[in-house]
Amino acid sequence: MAEVQTTFVKAINAALARAMRADERVIVLGEDVAEGGPYTTTAGLAEEFGIERVINTPISEAAVCGAAIGAAQAGLRPVVEIMFIDFLTLALDQLVNQAAKAHFMSGGQLTVPLVVRTQGGAGSRSGAQHSQSLEAWLTHVPGLKVVMPSCAADAAGLLASAIADPNPVVFVENKSLYFRRELAPEDPAPVPLGRARTLRPGRDLTIVALSRLVGEALSAAEQLASDGIEAEVIDPRTLTPLDLDTIAESVRRTGRAVVAHEAVYTGGFGAEIAAQLQAAAFDFLKAPIQRVGAPFTPVPVSPPLEDAYRPGAAEIHRAARIAAHWDEPFAASPEPGAVTAP
Amino acid sequence: MGTPTPPPASTSAELDGETALGLLRTMWRIRCFEERVAQLKRTLQVHGLIHLSIGGEGVAAAICGQLRDDDTVYSGHRAHGHAIAKGAPLDRVMAELMGRSDGLCRGLGGSMHLVDRAHGLLGATGVVAGNIPLAVGNALAARLRGSDQVTVVFFGDGAVQTGYFSESVNLAALWELPLILVCENNGFAEFTPRSAHTTVERVCDAVAPYRFPCQSVDGTDVGALFAVFAADLDLARRGRGPLLLECMTHRRRGHYEGDQEAYRDALADAEWQRRDPLARLQADAIAQRWLDEAGAGALEQGARAEVEQAVSFARASPFPALELAGELVYASER
Repeated sequence: MAEVQTTFVKAINAALARAMRADERVIVLGEDVAEGGPYTTTAGLAEEFGIERVINTPISEAAVCGAAIGAAQAGLRPVVEIMFIDFLTLALDQLVNQAAKAHFMSGGQLTVPLVVRTQGGAGSRSGAQHSQSLEAWLTHVPGLKVVMPSCAADAAGLLASAIADPNPVVFVENKSLYFRRELAPEDPAPVPLGRARTLRPGRDLTIVALSRLVGEALSAAEQLASDGIEAEVIDPRTLTPLDLDTIAESVRRTGRAVVAHEAVYTGGFGAEIAAQLQAAAFDFLKAPIQRVGAPFTPVPVSPPLEDAYRPGAAEIHRAARIAAHWDEPFAASPEPGAVTAP
Repeated sequence: MGTPTPPPASTSAELDGETALGLLRTMWRIRCFEERVAQLKRTLQVHGLIHLSIGGEGVAAAICGQLRDDDTVYSGHRAHGHAIAKGAPLDRVMAELMGRSDGLCRGLGGSMHLVDRAHGLLGATGVVAGNIPLAVGNALAARLRGSDQVTVVFFGDGAVQTGYFSESVNLAALWELPLILVCENNGFAEFTPRSAHTTVERVCDAVAPYRFPCQSVDGTDVGALFAVFAADLDLARRGRGPLLLECMTHRRRGHYEGDQEAYRDALADAEWQRRDPLARLQADAIAQRWLDEAGAGALEQGARAEVEQAVSFARASPFPALELAGELVYASER
């Protein structure tokens, strides 16, 4: 298939437009969406589809999320944008108590074909209320699906599937992925929810990384290769449902695993992946599963502090070396200061 | 106790005989259903927190009775009356309260989460005010489809102090939605009177700046309420929403079954008992000769018999299979 140069933002924008062209039940609503939003993800949609389908809302996250749920129960396919995942806290009651449970509590009478698009992640010097990674909270709620794409092509394909899905899907983007130049298929196919992607094969170690950390994991894998360690890199792409089979199959082969995300280490989704992995592959593990996450602090605004806060390739590399050398009795001790310990 | 003061007349001038009898029948069905539920709760045959609307049946009957099946109703935690008046079969509501597989929601919803999609009851909720935004979205969908469907959301006066209420009223007014907000103002938010929650006496005052039609009516005067809502419904059908209707009413039971009701003012309670909407409308129907005493007795007995059938139906219904919970977490692709 022909590939074109694009960005994550353009891929999201095009996927929304495609969905709206194909299905008139799809509407977009959120703060400033008809103006394109602060990151231009919805730019041009109001011009093409009109402000009846691309609906600006007041700053009322809770009621807007609830209205989207009500519209979904009434047969529309709303894509509601919560500008920053930090503000999803305002809409959590609606997501958790209404959207996630409607199908279940109605005995299957109601469905909520809703997508909540939001973005998180640090790195923009915006401070602790505009930079968080809160996806783990959402994975704790039966009835929600949680998607975290790491590249433009997946973003387009996963968004198409999320909109087609009869369940509420929270689609978590990362703002630092938005404007990088990427290649993606000109006409991207839907990517099914619940299927991981192996980006790089390797025999020595498995790195499972989420969202922005996928690119960081690939960089770390390059560096590990020059150390003589061949790392396999897997992107789960959706947290709920989680493709444990692909991850566990890899770890049974490699015997070592690193799980990496930008969210705070404590209570992060990496803990869930590690727990499920050790149950699925215990007999094959040659080292404790290593986790990479941010330290247990709010996101600092001061540039050197924020840079130190954000986990990246260096932290993944360090964790991978611990895993790779764990059972070598005379291996050098890993450097101190790793953020892989709580 | 001396001679009971007769109830004030209902303004049944607004009603014809057939309509009045229909409303009475609905109110008796709700009343008998809920009285039976209170009994069943004492012996733990119905489950969980049970909130009854005894004394407030007139609102459910007068409003839901004028809606079509394709008009949507959202409700709160005190929802049995709304469900029954909107058309939910008594036996399936009873089975739901007993957690049985033939319940409206196959036993997975319970008293606070009744849904009957076929009759346009899209749902009750246990979160106070939690369904008001959903009703906004439902009305938005109706408007976008270009239909004349109307959405009604019931909530108590306690819900008015939530952010959901304020945000939703603003959205509904901004988007000019075919939504009727119905506040059942029973004067109590759980255990404490309205005066302990807000300095705004009437709910209409809280939405005054939006300038959409808003009225406070006596929720125990079913005839008057019926007429006011008919006019509201007509406006909403013609796209002139949103509207708010505040029904001054009363709950004769506690916040939930088992509530000690230490807060209840005995004198006021006696007054509300005198203004029981069912007694008022029935007395008036008899005065209008739409009904005689025997006919009134037959209405009540008919409702009680139907409730007993519902209890038998519910008791005979099996509990759901254990696997059902896992099967209904996610909807499958259609």
